[in-house]
Amino acid sequence: MSRILLGCSLAASVALCACSSAIRPTPIEGPPRPYDYTIVDPLAATVAGTPPGQAAALPDDINREDLRLTVFPDREIPEIFWYADQLQFSLTYQVEPAPLIFLVPGTGAGPNSVKSEYLQRALFQGGYHVISLGSPAEPEFIVTASTTGIAGSPQDDARDLYRVMQLAYEQVKDRIQVEEVHLLGYSLGAWHAAFVAELDSREKALGFDKVLLINPPVSLYTSAQILDNMLDENTPGGTRNIGALLGRLVNQFATFYQHAGEQLDFSSDYLLYNLYTRMQPSDAELEALIGLAFRFGSANLAFTSDVVTNAGLIVPKNLELGPASSLTEYFEVSMRLNFIDYFNDLYYPYFKEKDPTSTKQDLINRASLETIHDFLAHAEHVGLMTNEDDIILGPGQIEYLRELFGDRAQIWPTGGHMGNLGTRAVTGYVVDYFRR
Amino acid sequence: MMATARKLVVLTLLALALTSCGSTAKGPIEPARVTLADVAPPNEVYPLQVWDPLEPINRAIYTFNAGFDRYVFLPVIRAYVDVTPLFVRNRVSDFFINLEEFRNFTNSVLQLNAESAGRAVLRFVVNVMFGFGGLYDIASAKGIPPQPEDFGETLGRWGAGPGPFLVIPILGPSNVRDGTGLVVDGLAFYYALPGEVTSSIAYDVVMYGLRPIDLRYRTPFRYYSTGSPFEYDLVRFLNTEKRRLDIERGPPARG
Repeated sequence: MSRILLGCSLAASVALCACSSAIRPTPIEGPPRPYDYTIVDPLAATVAGTPPGQAAALPDDINREDLRLTVFPDREIPEIFWYADQLQFSLTYQVEPAPLIFLVPGTGAGPNSVKSEYLQRALFQGGYHVISLGSPAEPEFIVTASTTGIAGSPQDDARDLYRVMQLAYEQVKDRIQVEEVHLLGYSLGAWHAAFVAELDSREKALGFDKVLLINPPVSLYTSAQILDNMLDENTPGGTRNIGALLGRLVNQFATFYQHAGEQLDFSSDYLLYNLYTRMQPSDAELEALIGLAFRFGSANLAFTSDVVTNAGLIVPKNLELGPASSLTEYFEVSMRLNFIDYFNDLYYPYFKEKDPTSTKQDLINRASLETIHDFLAHAEHVGLMTNEDDIILGPGQIEYLRELFGDRAQIWPTGGHMGNLGTRAVTGYVVDYFRR
Repeated sequence: MMATARKLVVLTLLALALTSCGSTAKGPIEPARVTLADVAPPNEVYPLQVWDPLEPINRAIYTFNAGFDRYVFLPVIRAYVDVTPLFVRNRVSDFFINLEEFRNFTNSVLQLNAESAGRAVLRFVVNVMFGFGGLYDIASAKGIPPQPEDFGETLGRWGAGPGPFLVIPILGPSNVRDGTGLVVDGLAFYYALPGEVTSSIAYDVVMYGLRPIDLRYRTPFRYYSTGSPFEYDLVRFLNTEKRRLDIERGPPARG
């Protein structure tokens, strides 16, 4: 025991006098790069992302600090979520005065998810501060920062997010010098950002100068249905047999790994791209993968909401789970519930109890950008960037967005759902947008 | 080594004490509205399942490890990163990576894999002679990356199954076979060195102070960064599967 303590204390004493150094970014000069994204299959683009040859060059080292905040000091956190006692966010900062961008990620993503981290690096290089938040559909957000415990209601989510943004700003404002304040969201986060922008236009607590929505869904329900179907329709025998599908995917990957895994760099930024080019999955397999990724997010969401609201859907009502309780069976059940089940069995009952006059159709209609159509049509400071072939949009929705945003819309011809974000042209567009 | 074992016991007891207050009710417990029987085919073997008879203890230790990581390990790593330049951290990492060649060599021999054993020796000699005693991983730079082999893998190659899943305090997910391997590899290294070395204070500082710090520093895993309440299930599955594939992929033991 003593020698371990001695070792630890000596090593720790070395680590006492902390001093960190902040970096200044080197901005990229020159005209916008031409759009050169080469993957034309929107499913493949969504999974594979940007090929290394077309990717923007970004710094590896940025000034970032991971921070936490308490939203509701009196809230009791369920024991199995002990680690989520505070909400994590991150601050990417400049030494000089700079504009500040709030970043809201897609479904279920944390503050430093792969895409958020990518945008942090790009925006750091562009000379911005960034406050990165978790998605309101992420378990930690639901546990610590949600007033409802149920994600997906745009007005409630926007209010929760807006509160968190102000608290985060309060926490960091003495450490950075802020010029204007902007808002950026991608995927479901763009949908959230639109509602936050609308709220901000009335309350003006942050006063966003510019807002950019990257690949938003129009209607949450429609997009969720599309993604649900991708999994359900590619699971032989339907969702009940998801176990068989998972088993097949695991075996496929195992076979591949045994033959080619040695040359595969699992820490590479292009892991998915490399896997895609080597495994050459069919469109049906790509759909199953995309659907599975979404299902995993909605399983986390449904389980968390169920526990937080004690709704008794997956976990027996009033049962308190501890750190030794097995969640395996709940995991298996949650993976078999699709988003529409979540909507019917948790979301709808919750809001029905709050307002007995509301119908399912009301709730579906309300969870759409169309409810703030008038605001978006006239909000000169809100822009859109998306792709002609975004797989999460239903029939007619890309036309709807094009018309709604007019000359504030940048619509790329390819890229699927965010597959082209890593290209020089698209990354450049995002970084320059807030300077325009 | 006795001290280490005693420490593990204390930590395990602590972890168990943490869990004594789980699963208490706040009202009459009602059955869930959806159960596995409603949504899954009967008698299905779910592919993510792993043999885990010690699950409650394992989950408790997993929780303990996450807490230890958050309140002890990661703050130390942050301080380490703050006070040492990247250059120094890389030299430290290279040094410990080179020491692992001892483990790679012994296990390659036990697996009767001459090529891998030769690589371990070559790497070690090159790094010691041309890399300032192992501070520079020259061998990797010259196209001879390490070929990690451990006693868990050796046992696996000779046909041993993984046994029950196990979460080891501080160290994390493993299984009975690989946990045994870890202990054997540690003991082998300890007893291979002269007593004057292992009884010195410098040895303690390096092996029990700096080495765990370097190891944690090099491990990108962060507890609960998946954001999923089912992280334990995922880690359990991925760790088991990764070990299985690594063992199956290696050259078959020629005996």
